[in-house]
Amino acid sequence: MTTILGIETSCDETSAAVVTDGTDVRSNIVASQADLHAKYGGVVPEIASRAHIERLDSVITEAMEVADRKPDNLDAIAVTNRPGLVGALIIGVTAAKMLSWAWGKPLIAVNHIEAHALSPAIGLDEAPWPAIALIVSGGHTSLFRIAGPMSIERLGATTDDAAGEAFDKVASILGLNYPGGPEIERVGAGGDPQAIDFPRTMLGPESLDFSFSGIKTAVLYHVHGQGKTTGGLEELSQDDIADIAASFQQAVIDVLIRKTMLAVKQTGVSTVVLGGGVAANRTLRTALADECTKRDLAFHAAKPEYCTDNAAMIAARAYHQLLAGDIATLELDASARG
Amino acid sequence: MTSSADRFVCKTDSPEATITLGEAIGCSLIGGLVIGLVGPLGAGKTQLVKGIASGNSIDDTRDVTSPTFVLVNEYAGRLDLYHLDAYRLSTPKEFLALGFDEFIHGGSAVVVEWADRVHDAMPEGTLWIDIAVTGETAREFSFRSSGVLAGRALQAFRQELERCSP
Repeated sequence: MTTILGIETSCDETSAAVVTDGTDVRSNIVASQADLHAKYGGVVPEIASRAHIERLDSVITEAMEVADRKPDNLDAIAVTNRPGLVGALIIGVTAAKMLSWAWGKPLIAVNHIEAHALSPAIGLDEAPWPAIALIVSGGHTSLFRIAGPMSIERLGATTDDAAGEAFDKVASILGLNYPGGPEIERVGAGGDPQAIDFPRTMLGPESLDFSFSGIKTAVLYHVHGQGKTTGGLEELSQDDIADIAASFQQAVIDVLIRKTMLAVKQTGVSTVVLGGGVAANRTLRTALADECTKRDLAFHAAKPEYCTDNAAMIAARAYHQLLAGDIATLELDASARG
Repeated sequence: MTSSADRFVCKTDSPEATITLGEAIGCSLIGGLVIGLVGPLGAGKTQLVKGIASGNSIDDTRDVTSPTFVLVNEYAGRLDLYHLDAYRLSTPKEFLALGFDEFIHGGSAVVVEWADRVHDAMPEGTLWIDIAVTGETAREFSFRSSGVLAGRALQAFRQELERCSP
């Protein structure tokens, strides 16, 4: 039995987790945005490294207590060291180096995006590889071909806005609350997804890259009038806004599904997995699951708690790196790029 | 185009033309320069930065994506180009906490989207570019330089524009 403590501080969330054999999550503690809001009086997002410094110690302690593990029970310390905010990453990296040295355990450096790509496998009895992974969040929208846990190949990614970012910005255009993703889905549930034919940007017939900047601008002009960026919102009824939200969401989901199916076709892989913050969107999960059923493909979505940033996926990914002997030294640095 | 010593206006009629304009800016970047982009959603800020990165000789402009969520992107080219976004930030203090000061050095240039949101944290010598939406795909870019470095950058950029489009 191999037990790993994972640490994640790449952006807004401070998280620590204990995971056994890469799939059995014994604890997964995430210091939530809600706590930060209360503590700092509405600062969104709290990006200061200070927030991570203040919370990381207690988050790690809690993760160890909930998992009922002592330092002696651990086989390795894993930490996200890329990509992300260097000032934020470095807090987790420094803590992990200190624990690795003090407890005499190997240090493992994890790529945050690769951890997301493998996150749908957490908790499954059997590994789903080989698979196409669609990873959709506020900061990333990418397709991967995963031959095995140590063979992750990026097939395509967004060339401008991430899908989650488009959700947030369209929510802002429609005067909805932050965070925009859940609001678009909630408001759109009462609307007609076919009401408005927003553009589905495909970037060429064989491209696995994404572009969501155009649809954001299309919604903007639909609301404000051609070539305008203000006004017009007050003339829309609740039903209009529901139709726009539903139609926008449908257009984004159509693109995500078409590209994923194109990746399946190009690679001949017969399993699809879904992860990242936007994977919490039930309309997307259902639509992708239905499409996979229709095409006789296996489908696994990451559990909601492993969709947003979390340390369980870091420890899970690190398990395979440990087995492969991919160990970092105490000279490990944080890096903004992947 | 209209201009005076420290002001300059030019127009584009498509996202592609915006990238071309950005390329001229990217060719004439000076180490230590900070550029502040101001304009509404859909104005083409990220498109302009794609052009700037291309003019600064980065490998693949597909890597130039919106930093709204990740807050900072970094691209290696002739100069290190830091691409920041203040859309989700509410105070200059949060912006400075990104390590903004450390990004500015002789071998780098910094571009900040939604820079008006953190106006007080922007250096005095910032080259400001205000983007106005003047039609469905038409945009107007107003350049304002304050300080010696931004003035030099603006002058170099105008020469570059004249060289590219005689």
